[in-house]
Amino acid sequence: MNLRTRLAEFFKRKENAVQGGGPKAIEKQHAQGKLTARARITALLDPQSFHECDMFVEHKCEDFGMDKKHFPGDGVVTGTGKIQGHPVCIYAQDFTVAGGSLGLMHARKITKIMDQAMKLGVPLIGINDSGGARIQEGVNSLAGYGEIFFRNTLASGVIPQISVVLGPCAGGAVYSPALTDFVFVVDKISKMFITGPEVIKTVLGEEISMEELGGARVQVEISGNAHFYAASEQECFDQINRLVTFIPWNNKKKADPYPAALPKPEYSLERVIPAEPTQPYDVRDVIRAIFDGSDFFEVQEHWAANIVVGFARLKGETVGIVANQPLVLAGVLDVDSSDKAARFIRFCDAFNIPLVTLVDLPGYLPGVDQEHAGVIRHGAKILYAYSEATVPKITVILRKAYGGGYIAMCSRHLGADFLFAWPTAEIAVMGPEGAANIIFRAEIAEAADPAAMRRQKVAEYTEKFANPFIAAANGHVDAVISPQETRGFLIHALEISAHKSESRPAKKHGVPPS
Amino acid sequence: MTERKNLTSLVVDDTVYVTTTTPKFERRKPYVPGDPRHVVAFIPGVIQKIHVAPGQAVRWGDGLLVLEAMKMKNDLTSPRHGVIKAIHVEVGAMVAKGQLLIEFE
Repeated sequence: MNLRTRLAEFFKRKENAVQGGGPKAIEKQHAQGKLTARARITALLDPQSFHECDMFVEHKCEDFGMDKKHFPGDGVVTGTGKIQGHPVCIYAQDFTVAGGSLGLMHARKITKIMDQAMKLGVPLIGINDSGGARIQEGVNSLAGYGEIFFRNTLASGVIPQISVVLGPCAGGAVYSPALTDFVFVVDKISKMFITGPEVIKTVLGEEISMEELGGARVQVEISGNAHFYAASEQECFDQINRLVTFIPWNNKKKADPYPAALPKPEYSLERVIPAEPTQPYDVRDVIRAIFDGSDFFEVQEHWAANIVVGFARLKGETVGIVANQPLVLAGVLDVDSSDKAARFIRFCDAFNIPLVTLVDLPGYLPGVDQEHAGVIRHGAKILYAYSEATVPKITVILRKAYGGGYIAMCSRHLGADFLFAWPTAEIAVMGPEGAANIIFRAEIAEAADPAAMRRQKVAEYTEKFANPFIAAANGHVDAVISPQETRGFLIHALEISAHKSESRPAKKHGVPPS
Repeated sequence: MTERKNLTSLVVDDTVYVTTTTPKFERRKPYVPGDPRHVVAFIPGVIQKIHVAPGQAVRWGDGLLVLEAMKMKNDLTSPRHGVIKAIHVEVGAMVAKGQLLIEFE
């Protein structure tokens, strides 16, 4: 056999592998508004940067007539490439090949690229589009899932892991995205659930569509399982491109710096914040008025919107922002917002991203539903995450910081390195109305005009305690600063703490509330 | 996509805050204390058998009915001594979680 025939043979095999499940299956995939696995990788990665591996891997199953079936690449495409110049390892399940079903060799390709990502110290991106376990392969298919979950867990906090759900991802399979750092979903394409509508109907008699049960909107708005929502696959890939620029390659590195930029002049702090502490504003406008280029990349925008988390830059350096949102539920902490913030804090801490916390909250959300849903253990996650974090922690109290909420939002007591307060800050056990009603209960009850007495006592309390100066006098606040000074103080704090080194007692691992 | 509805108010520690709410907050159910005279389905399923009839006196631990769910036949036993006032389901009925099955006097 000469070189020519060998090359011809190679090209033939390659062509066969690349066409995946064939023209008919590809047409079906397109009809659902979905790209094929390789087209997705090409659309996501930098041009010409993808290098595939394991193209010729095939299954070895011989049961149920599988020995006569040929699945190109065993239904998954894996390899390495770059996003905005950052190296990544990637896999994409190919629904056109046996419905993207996961058999042993399919799983082996995935675990191989996961091991590669860990060794190379680069982010891992997994594109999920699969009907689930390949039933013909039995327990070997389950073994494959287990080996993926195990690696997801080992890689957690070592390399960023991104899951992109572009098709069905159901049953056990959906635990892989759940173990990763960021989950991206696309409207009408993503479907995630443990038990599907069919099973629910047979067993429980409840009827629900796949979309209502586990569609993209449900995952970003109700369950909080997903972090980013897009209307199309292309928009989703643009979001991933943006995310990758804000995070480091691995836990030994810092995120790449970008050229510094001033906030846009149309965002002005004076105009954003109302004087009255009970009036709302959008805290994202405060963020845009402080950080580089007014550029804020929000995470989990649509879920637990009473807290805002996401990435921005200060003088070119990535920071993670956690901010109470007075526009939604007055910015209270509750079960969901605690979960959302705690997870984001732990991501930032694991990946050397300094934390900036903006505080304006009245406390925890009252309600039987909250107490019965375990707001105690969920709320405790924020305390745990902030206390555990050793990255630079900078806190700015904008307005209200009452009670347990004050402590939880990265107070000095949980290890904030810098704690600033605006002159509008009110640091107290509770708001003036509640406090006056308790402290002056007797005076108010016995007064000739209780309502007038209550107003007077509320005013007295407000005058005396609704400010940052008592906390400052006790050293709990480092500096009272004007809103205009905030960016300057934050940049300084970040520069000064660039080499911060803080350790925690040696342990195998903590036991966080969950 | 998250709709910002009109501003509403939320009370925390006697202070009234002007704010918006979330769809999840709007859907929360008010707490209703359980009635000790009611026996409700603890899991959704199908009623297989009913062992008692209205007017019948039962003792704590007596079998009331069989509720099949998740391929398991669950014996629902009486949580108290008492007299059955009403039975709100029939054999073969599919019941939701929390649905009233049997009422005591």
